[in-house]
Amino acid sequence: MPSDNRLPPDIVETMKSVLIEHVPHARALGLSIVDAARGHSWVSVPYDEKLIGNVETGVIHGGVITTLLDNACGTAVQLALPERMSIATLDLRIDYMKPATPGLALMAHAHCYKVTRNIAFVRGTAYHTDEADPIATSVGTFMLAANRATPTDFPEATGFIAKLGDKA
Amino acid sequence: MSETPAPDLDRFVQAIPYARFLGISVDRKGNEITTILKFDRKLIGNPVLPALHGGVIGAFLEMTAIIQLAFETGISALPKPIGLTIDYLRSGKPMDTYGRAKITKQGRRVATVLAEAWQEDHSRLIATAHGHFLLKAADEPDGK
Repeated sequence: MPSDNRLPPDIVETMKSVLIEHVPHARALGLSIVDAARGHSWVSVPYDEKLIGNVETGVIHGGVITTLLDNACGTAVQLALPERMSIATLDLRIDYMKPATPGLALMAHAHCYKVTRNIAFVRGTAYHTDEADPIATSVGTFMLAANRATPTDFPEATGFIAKLGDKA
Repeated sequence: MSETPAPDLDRFVQAIPYARFLGISVDRKGNEITTILKFDRKLIGNPVLPALHGGVIGAFLEMTAIIQLAFETGISALPKPIGLTIDYLRSGKPMDTYGRAKITKQGRRVATVLAEAWQEDHSRLIATAHGHFLLKAADEPDGK
């Protein structure tokens, strides 16, 4: 990756905190942002028995991969934007190439390759250790400045807004 | 329309750990299957609105499609997703979500399924999905 894609470490740390710690479902799955660069994110989810989709094989459910890719893609979009704003998934297409191997953590690398005034375009790959050997790939679009609703009293929201800003 | 109890279908769903983790259950009236995603705060993806995580809605639609396929083609073998395209129409509010799926075409190896999700009002869908699923043929023990 070109070095000018690197982000200041404090921004990466803020992202890790905002996009995982303040997002209940990311915490519930055990998602973590492993690495980040401008427009790029690497997000992982550990293997967990509660995420199994087929008890006979122990293979993780496809829905977990969908969530991992959606989360990684959304993170990549945030990392591509000049300022923080709320975003919402418009569409997401997932292609499943092979089942995940039971017992292994999953990694997703997402790249937001184009941002327009209203829409961000992003693709992602889920794999174990080698991105060239994908478990699933995705392509999606996100709506920018998606929601103009006023913040609620949902407990996680306060810290989320304080760190991420609410430019929507 | 005969009201047939479907203990097998619910047992099938509750036997999937990820379905239990998300809190998915099945309601069957005759040959009509409705899936239910019970709201839980751990399903929140946007704490500001708050709104359900987009991945959760996608996973719920995928599960709804699989349950419909299991109901119509037999629950002995789990259909494998090949591809799924999700359109997000409205944000998922912090409340129960309902899902329904329709098999648009069932071939020998592949089935095409449409799924939809809604909350308060069935005419105001929050998301739709269409996907292709690989069916395990009876003479294909491993169904690769």
